[in-house]
Amino acid sequence: MTVESTAARRPRRNSSINSSTSGSSSSSDGSDGSSTSNNSGGSGGGTKRTAAKKTSKAQTAAKGSGRKSVSRPGTGRQGAGRQGAAQGKTGQHGTETEPPLVQLLSPEGERLEHPDYAVDLSAEELRGLYRDMVLTRRFDAEATALQRQGELGLWASLLGQEAAQIGSGRALHDDDYVFPTYREHGVAWCRGVDPVNLLGMFRGVNNGGWDPNSNNFHLYTIVIGSQTLHATGYAMGIAKDGADSAVIAYFGDGASSQGDVAEAFTFSAVYNAPVVFFCQNNQWAISEPTERQTRVPLYQRAQGYGFPGVRVDGNDVLACLAVTRAALERVRRGEGPMLVEAFTYRMGAHTTSDDPTKYRADEERAAWEAKDPILRLRRYLEKAGQADEAFFAALEEESEALGKRVRETVRAMPDPDGLAIFDHVYADGHALVDEERAQFAAYQASFADSDDADVTAGAGTPAGNTGGNQS
Amino acid sequence: MTVQKLPLAKAINESLRTALETDPKVLIMGEDVGKLGGVFRVTDGLQKDFGEDRVIDTPLAESGIIGTAIGLALRGYRPVAEIQFDGFVFPAYDQIVTQLAKMHARSLGKIKLPVVVRIPYGGGIGAVEHHSESPEALFAHVAGLKIVSPSTASDAYWMMQQAIQSDDPVIFFEPKRRYWDKAEVNTEAIPGPLHAARVAREGTDLTLVAYGPMVKVCLAAAAAAAEEGRSLEVVDLRSVSPIDFDTVQASVEKTRRLVVVHEAPVFHGSGAEIAARITERSFYHLEAPVLRVGGYHAPYPPARLEDEYLPGLDRVLDAVDRSLAY
Repeated sequence: MTVESTAARRPRRNSSINSSTSGSSSSSDGSDGSSTSNNSGGSGGGTKRTAAKKTSKAQTAAKGSGRKSVSRPGTGRQGAGRQGAAQGKTGQHGTETEPPLVQLLSPEGERLEHPDYAVDLSAEELRGLYRDMVLTRRFDAEATALQRQGELGLWASLLGQEAAQIGSGRALHDDDYVFPTYREHGVAWCRGVDPVNLLGMFRGVNNGGWDPNSNNFHLYTIVIGSQTLHATGYAMGIAKDGADSAVIAYFGDGASSQGDVAEAFTFSAVYNAPVVFFCQNNQWAISEPTERQTRVPLYQRAQGYGFPGVRVDGNDVLACLAVTRAALERVRRGEGPMLVEAFTYRMGAHTTSDDPTKYRADEERAAWEAKDPILRLRRYLEKAGQADEAFFAALEEESEALGKRVRETVRAMPDPDGLAIFDHVYADGHALVDEERAQFAAYQASFADSDDADVTAGAGTPAGNTGGNQS
Repeated sequence: MTVQKLPLAKAINESLRTALETDPKVLIMGEDVGKLGGVFRVTDGLQKDFGEDRVIDTPLAESGIIGTAIGLALRGYRPVAEIQFDGFVFPAYDQIVTQLAKMHARSLGKIKLPVVVRIPYGGGIGAVEHHSESPEALFAHVAGLKIVSPSTASDAYWMMQQAIQSDDPVIFFEPKRRYWDKAEVNTEAIPGPLHAARVAREGTDLTLVAYGPMVKVCLAAAAAAAEEGRSLEVVDLRSVSPIDFDTVQASVEKTRRLVVVHEAPVFHGSGAEIAARITERSFYHLEAPVLRVGGYHAPYPPARLEDEYLPGLDRVLDAVDRSLAY
């Protein structure tokens, strides 16, 4: 298998933003002939004109609002090579100027072929992917509602990223290991983690309430990018063990700026570690668009580290499945790490505390809504006659039952006992923790009825003067 | 080998060798730890004998070293990661504080991270900046970490054995200026607990508490004071988190005076914690306030000034005089 990796982009010319002479232009090879609406004012000099000023987001917004569209550097590559087949179908707005991405299912629900990535799924498997996405979205919506009702302190919605997560999650073998961010609810679903367990940390009753080794699904990691190094170390361990498992590390476009991600790329490449870096580029890191993180498409970062990268339509569950499978097979064969950039969109806010109306346009969201991952698979299933009304109705029922179960379980989730503060701080214990636990217990007991205070306070030592239990 | 006179660095080397021999899950990793054997030769010869797969030269990225050590530990390994110098640990500080220290608790006890982070620390070797610092308090403040520092070759050997066997992450501060100090190491002894303090010299008039490189200074101070008829007890703390306050308390309640000595800056240092705790525990036993001798609230100075900055015999004895004057 060869993977479209990181063929050199053309030098960035005329890239001075807002320069009066650079203007904007279409790619000059004409492969994207529709993007010529503003092809004026191009600079002379005979260079390949690559106006560099607009981003995908700006373009999408502009397209959505019927305003001018502008091409961006690198568009000259579009028609070239094998990627062209899929590329032609990429943008339903007709002026897509992003680098090529792998797509196997168009937003309209048309099956596409790709020379490097193929999937051949039974109707049952397709329905399974559809069910996974629907149930994940339903769970996610329930969690958002529970936050609004005060049952959760916070929720980080995955709305819009179902295909990226289900496609990649269903590519994994049981013995593979997942290192998620805090938004991989769909991947958790694929790993068999009870969705309710994901909610403990968002409710504030724990900081991650599942056993990572039960489902080979590590705890959510909140500090951005840290988990990519853990994934790399784990993969180094797999290699030492001579096992043929693989690791997948999830991260986002914002995390791509973190030093830990750069170090993870370096370590994994140097040690040939079997890890797939799965970047969900959802276009926004809270309020910061991807162009605040990078001047090259993220998948191209891999080239500098010596491993391949590929961009996949992150709203296409089939493409995400096919590409992740191929990437996992590559790393399993000992050929070193691989970067997958799933090009998708965060349809909701960053978290329930966020207000995206402050920083992004409705038009942009609307444009992405037309590429919805669930809708496109439904269109395909219906057109291909691979799912009937009974299936969709039953799924709707299952979906509501899941919502109900989640709702009821979360509402019944008790607050932990106060002494839980001191639990599991150390594996082998620590004298100070023991001392402070005893002080806390004594303090708590001091509120009990005076008759039995002595009993509940144990030794009854006053707070602040408990004899230590030194090892 | 059973009893042998070894330099402290060699004792750690022997301890790592023993660990590599006895537990196939033990790994050594860090910058230049392989062929070179580390810039202080602490890992000398280990890669040759145990291979590149177990004694791993890493890229020059401290966060990467600790982050991947965490991943290896999650996979069941017991990595011993070297940070080449004290002042280079800070790129890894995030991984140590945010991830390494907390993962056991976050997993409600499901995950154990038996990672040892070796850090040669402290001054006194005439180095350029960032090579002489004592950042132990910055780690001791973090729950989930254990912090130890041996002062002798024997402790270095045994405490390393115990640190590697610990299921908790241990930051192992090695007193780099004592690397060449020789002492007897009995590799068949039965060691005491890792976090227990040790009375290094008995005395009756005042207690000196120190750890790592300052124990030698305090023992010298006690010897000098003895010539003046003063009997100083020296407690080698050995562990900075947890701290064996019982041993310190017992000593203080005997001598009624306490001076804490460390190279790290006094402000918010280990001495402050010891002073506060001992004041709480032994208030009515104290004849004088607990005094501290340590570094100043200034960047570690250029090498030509480090003798002025570091607590030496005279500054320790000056504090002893002030305490006894109460």
